[in-house]
Amino acid sequence: MSELLDFWWEWLPSLLNGLAVSVAVTAVSLALGIPLGLILALAVQSKKTAPRTIALVAVEIGRGAPALILLQFTYFGLPNAGLALSSFASASLALAWCTGAYTSEIIRAGLEAVPHGQKEAASAIGLSGWDALRYVILPQGLRVSIPPLFGFSILMLQASSLCFAIALPELVSQAYIIGSNTFRYMSILLLAGLLYAVICIPATMAVSALERRLGQHAH
Amino acid sequence: MTLDILQAIAAGIPWTLALTAVALVIGAALGQPLCAMRFSRWSAVRFLASALILTFRSIPPIVWLFFIFFGFGSGYLQISPFQAAAAGLGLITAANMAEIYRGALAAIHPGQWEAAFALNLLPRHRFLDVIGPQLLRVALPSGATYAIGLLKDSAISSTIGVSEIAFQAYHTSQRTFHSLDVYAIAGLLYILISLPMASLARWIDIKLRARVAR
Repeated sequence: MSELLDFWWEWLPSLLNGLAVSVAVTAVSLALGIPLGLILALAVQSKKTAPRTIALVAVEIGRGAPALILLQFTYFGLPNAGLALSSFASASLALAWCTGAYTSEIIRAGLEAVPHGQKEAASAIGLSGWDALRYVILPQGLRVSIPPLFGFSILMLQASSLCFAIALPELVSQAYIIGSNTFRYMSILLLAGLLYAVICIPATMAVSALERRLGQHAH
Repeated sequence: MTLDILQAIAAGIPWTLALTAVALVIGAALGQPLCAMRFSRWSAVRFLASALILTFRSIPPIVWLFFIFFGFGSGYLQISPFQAAAAGLGLITAANMAEIYRGALAAIHPGQWEAAFALNLLPRHRFLDVIGPQLLRVALPSGATYAIGLLKDSAISSTIGVSEIAFQAYHTSQRTFHSLDVYAIAGLLYILISLPMASLARWIDIKLRARVAR
C-alpha cells in the first residue's frame, strides 16, 4: 500500500499538469461554447429561414456526431482545407461546437419556460424586440438554464479526456504515457480516475443540491 | 474516392452496433439490481448504490476503458478490446439506467402500488403485471435517448482498438490523407444510424401509449 502511495506521490505532479490542461481546454470550450449556444438558441427560434436552417444544421451535427469524431475532424481534417491548428486550438474549437449545440437546447428550454405574458407585457410597455430580450426574457430564461448548464460543464470536463486522441497532453494522455513508461497502467489510471472523481462527485452533488433549492420555489 | 472511403468506414458499422447493443443489454440488466439497491431498507446498501452510481458517472468512459483494457488486461487476465469496451460501457450504462429506472418509478402513481396490495397480488405479479409494464413505458423515451448517446460514446472504444466506425475512420484517414472527407463521412454515418433508432423508439412509444389510451 505504501509502495502504491509512493508511486502516486512520484507521478502526481505530472498528472496535475495534465489536469490543468484538461481544466483549461474545458474552460475555453465553455467560454466560447455557451455564448454560441445562446446565439444558436435564438437563431433556431428566428422567423428568417436562412439563420434558422444554419443554426439547425450546426446543432444537429454538434449533437449527432460523436465528440471524438468532431475532435479528429478539427485536428486531422481541417489541415486538408488549409487550416492547421494546434491540438489545444482544435480541441477548443471542437468542444466549443459540441458545447454550443448541447447548450443551445438547454438555453432554448429555459427561454421557453418564460411565460408568454412576459413578452406581451414587454411589447405593451413599448420595449423594442432587442430590449425585451435583454431586460425581460433573458434574465428570467437564463436563470432556469443555470443548473443544467453547470451539469453540462461537469460532462465537458469528462469529455475533455477524449483529447487524448489528438495528442493534447491532458490528464488521460499523461496517465497513459506514465503507464507505458512504468508498465503500471492500473495504478496510474486509478489515480487519474480518482482525480476526476474528486472534482466531479462533489460538483455533481452541488448541482443536484442547487436544483433542489431552486425547485423548492418553482411551484 | 468517396465511395472507397465510405466502404472502408462502413466496415466498422457492425462492430459499432454490436458494441452498443451488448453494452445496452448489460446496462439494462445490471441497472435493475442497482436501482433496487437504492430503495433498500438498509441505509448502508442505499449509500453503496448511490456511491457506485456517482462513481461510474463521474469518471470519463475513456478512463474506465483504459483501466479495464490496460489495467486488468496487462497481466491479470486476457481480454479482447471488444470485451473491455463492452464491460466498461456496460457498467457506465448500468449506472445511468439505474437512474432512468428510478425516475420512471417515481413517475408511477402510488395508487398503482396500493391497488396491487389491495388486490392481494403476489410480489411477483405486483411487479410483472402492474408496475413493470408501466415502468417500461415511462422509461422508454429516456432509455432510447441514452441508447443514442451510447452509440456515439462507443466511438471511444476506437482508442483501445475495437474496429468500429471511428477506428476505421482513423485508419482510412492515415492511409488516404483525405482526413476532411473521412471524418465528415464518419460523423454523418453516426447521425444516419441514430435517425432510425430515434424513430423506432418514437414508434414503440406511440404503440405502448395507444394500448393504455382511454
